[in-house]
Amino acid sequence: MSTKKRLAVSKTYKLYLGGKFPRTESGRYYELKGRKDTLLANVSRASRKDFRNAVVAARKAWSGWAATTACLRGQILYRVAEMLEGRAGQFEEELRAQGATPVAARKEVTASVDLFVHYAGWSDKYQSLFSSVNPVATPHFNFSMPESTGVVAAVAPEGSGLLGLSSVVAPILVGGNTSVILASHARPLCAITLAEVLNSSDVPGGTVNILTGLRDELLPQFAEHMDVNALLVCSDEAGETRLAQERAAENVKRVIPHADAPLAESPYHILDLQEIKTTWHPVGV
Amino acid sequence: MSAPDPSFPDLRTLSTIDQVGVEERARRFQARSIKKESKLSALKLAVTMLDVTTLEGKDSPGKVKQMCVKAMRPLPGDPGIGPAAAVCVYPRLVRVAREAVGRSGVRVASVATGFPSGQSRLKERLSEIRYAVGAGADEIDMVISRGKLLHGEFRSIFDEIVRCKEACGEAHLKVILETGELQTYDTVRIASEIAMAAGADFIKTSTGKVQPAATLPVTLVMLEAIQDYHDRTGRMVGMKPAGGISEAKTAIHYLVMLKETLGRAWLTNEWFRFGVSSLTNDLLMQIRKQQTGRYQSADYFTKD
Repeated sequence: MSTKKRLAVSKTYKLYLGGKFPRTESGRYYELKGRKDTLLANVSRASRKDFRNAVVAARKAWSGWAATTACLRGQILYRVAEMLEGRAGQFEEELRAQGATPVAARKEVTASVDLFVHYAGWSDKYQSLFSSVNPVATPHFNFSMPESTGVVAAVAPEGSGLLGLSSVVAPILVGGNTSVILASHARPLCAITLAEVLNSSDVPGGTVNILTGLRDELLPQFAEHMDVNALLVCSDEAGETRLAQERAAENVKRVIPHADAPLAESPYHILDLQEIKTTWHPVGV
Repeated sequence: MSAPDPSFPDLRTLSTIDQVGVEERARRFQARSIKKESKLSALKLAVTMLDVTTLEGKDSPGKVKQMCVKAMRPLPGDPGIGPAAAVCVYPRLVRVAREAVGRSGVRVASVATGFPSGQSRLKERLSEIRYAVGAGADEIDMVISRGKLLHGEFRSIFDEIVRCKEACGEAHLKVILETGELQTYDTVRIASEIAMAAGADFIKTSTGKVQPAATLPVTLVMLEAIQDYHDRTGRMVGMKPAGGISEAKTAIHYLVMLKETLGRAWLTNEWFRFGVSSLTNDLLMQIRKQQTGRYQSADYFTKD
């Protein structure tokens, strides 16, 4: 065996778009620096055109994903947890490279795995929880039930690379929506690795699309796009939330503001991205 | 200039097509950067070149009427867009379409001659043309007998087109080559030469029922045939790629190719058409995008 030093084979972090991993069409990137100013990766800086292509992919995937059975969605989310667990080491390494302590890194990965399991469990339960039979004054059987809202654009928390992103992806996904998600700018590595996990967990291509890039550049596009049905923004800056709400007014898309931190596990995050359909069914005829 | 008396073309003078060269050249047209005002005017031009088409077993008078309304006024609220060049329907629906478009300037085109296979007797195919013209069609889209062409019966194809042209009378004749079934670019070139010599006003790639339908390379081969024919005879022949064009971006590629191959004279709906059933909304969405700066959603455009 040769004693020569082996050349490093390091991963190119690209975007996750329509089930594929393309580079940004703009060809731009930014340098991600780790401890002691070492270069960790050249990260794709997505353009608004990448975002547009992602929305096209998400729109195309929506009818299929929304039509899958609750049971299957639960199985797929559980599968995501399994795949995540299997690659825990890689995620921990990336988190450490981006500044987390070993203990914190392990904790974040474990929490992410548990989070997917949590939402997998909700897949066939939130419907009955949020449905209702409504009393009406006419001879009708009147009931309401949640249905997925469509394409959701989301700006993931900046401060948490893996858990923050997972806590945004999982409730969108389990609710039958498709999404385009902007990962943390300072901690983008886990986002693309999570995309690999989604890709190998039977999540259909286009269902989740992950971009890396600049918030300032992409947030206005997220808010303005007419084919986006809801916008989830994790931000502590009132200016950003306000901008999102103003720009989203044109097609009256739903804007859901959150603090810049991982979302706590809760079925209400699923409900945020549902439309309630009410049916009036004549009785006694 | 009207068509001269048709005479069978001298196919010996044709050189063979360089497949690699044609495909490479066609690929280059996709690399042009068309932005801002040029993009907007290209999109608007493309709308006026549409042959809005419905050719399905389930076509009903209601659907055709609705399509005609959209062809006349593609973007309600913006009269500066359109109208489309023509609507294209089956012969039985020509009367409905004629009545719907009225004097709006939108023309009525009808497929005929045993569309899409062309596998019926010439007598019936000719009577189908006469029926469609009688019902008010301005343009006839005929299919050729591809089986005969591949069998080498070029003269028979030529005679068939000449007879169809006679049956059209005043109506324009578009000849569908169905390039997806012609196997090679050389056959496409031969078919184009025969169709033009026999008096076609337009040559058209496909029925839309066979894959592949219109592609850039095959359209380029046909455009070059038109150019050579024009150089020889001085007569302009129109071009209609049809089938499979559903994105505004692709439509712009076609316009770039048209301009760079045949020149500005062909850049009108008198000489170039898109045969499409689903391109209209993407063009309209791109136009609105250029006007507002916002990416659009199909939710806000009429489904026709």
